[in-house]
Amino acid sequence: MEHYISLLVKAVFVENMALAFFLGMCTFLAISKKIQTSLGLGIAVVVVLAITVPVNNLIYTYLLKEGALAWAGEEFAQVDLSFLGLLTYIGVIAAMVQILEMVLDKYFPSLYNALGVFLPLITVNCAILGASLFMVERDYSFGESTVYGVGAGVGWALAITALAGIREKLKYSDVPAGLEGLGITFMTVGLMSLGFMSFSGVSL
Amino acid sequence: MSQIKTVLTEPLFSKNPIAVQILGICSALAVTTSLQVTLVMCLALTSVTALSNTGIALIRNHIPNNIRIIVQMTIIASLVIVVDQVLKAFAYEISKQLSVFVGLIITNCIVMGRAEAFAMKNGPVLSFFDGIGNGLGYSVVLITVAVIRELFGAGKLLGFEILPLVTDGGWYQSNGLLLLPPSAFFIIGGFIWVLRTWKKDQVEESEFKILPNTEHSGGH
Repeated sequence: MEHYISLLVKAVFVENMALAFFLGMCTFLAISKKIQTSLGLGIAVVVVLAITVPVNNLIYTYLLKEGALAWAGEEFAQVDLSFLGLLTYIGVIAAMVQILEMVLDKYFPSLYNALGVFLPLITVNCAILGASLFMVERDYSFGESTVYGVGAGVGWALAITALAGIREKLKYSDVPAGLEGLGITFMTVGLMSLGFMSFSGVSL
Repeated sequence: MSQIKTVLTEPLFSKNPIAVQILGICSALAVTTSLQVTLVMCLALTSVTALSNTGIALIRNHIPNNIRIIVQMTIIASLVIVVDQVLKAFAYEISKQLSVFVGLIITNCIVMGRAEAFAMKNGPVLSFFDGIGNGLGYSVVLITVAVIRELFGAGKLLGFEILPLVTDGGWYQSNGLLLLPPSAFFIIGGFIWVLRTWKKDQVEESEFKILPNTEHSGGH
């Protein structure tokens, strides 16, 4: 149990997807002007990550990993399909997002409307694919990958909401002309990232 | 011919994918601590963009509109797998350092963005050069950032010592901040600032103008 809690804390703060690994930056910078929309997007990312990372973990362990096909019979025991990984993960993510969209539309229309266009956009958010790739690289078990998926999502949501909060205040400040907009946002994120680095001293 | 020249040179500064269109930033920040890794990453991204643009442009009239994203994804993902395998075979050390970022070329918005915005509307030859041009635009920013970070952060370029460090008996006190992740944000922010001071038309309008100070305008 302790192991899972420390993995969660690590995924949320120490190895924050957005501020330590710079994943999902495009959406992170483009859709962080209002707290409301940022929060909606953050929640969507948490949901998608919590589903896709464990699903990709199952696919990796039982289909792609070297020797993973041993359950299908003797002659498959040597097969190594891990080179198909990238194609499979992105396919799973695209399919999962599509299914999630349909389920939300049918059963939770209010949430569906709140998320709007962000849901399909999540397919090309590198934080989602990145989390699956980290899961493979670090050889997480099924339980660990579920915790990691949730943690990574919460960390990303936290970062984008915080940035949106800062940017809402920032629009009233006097910024040099060339830095207006994108430039000052980069500087802000740099300072936030510096702040989050203090978590790296936390040993778990 | 002139069209090819335009699509090749425009993305370098006036329509730079990173600085102007905010595309493909994730990898720009994460892989730039050393110049060698950055060069490999730029090469990988440029070839994927050029080839995926060509491939998509070739079949653009046969792709049903509803499933075009999936088709584009599949083409891009296959190309990235090829790049990944080539790197693992010939540059294993670097591919270890790039870790997940080679795979993340799939979701790099530059590749998707050019496929969607350019290759779906133009012929294969022009799309190929557009891919190269955008890859170069991406490389310009990345290489600038990497040179600054490696030179002033570690005193080296491509592993060769340029500025002798104090710790090795030299005179240069290295700036450790530049090797940490946040520095990439500051450098790119500064890069955008310089670019926009040079090319004024890229400056964004601020939503709330601050009025000039009125103390000289007379009594209250």
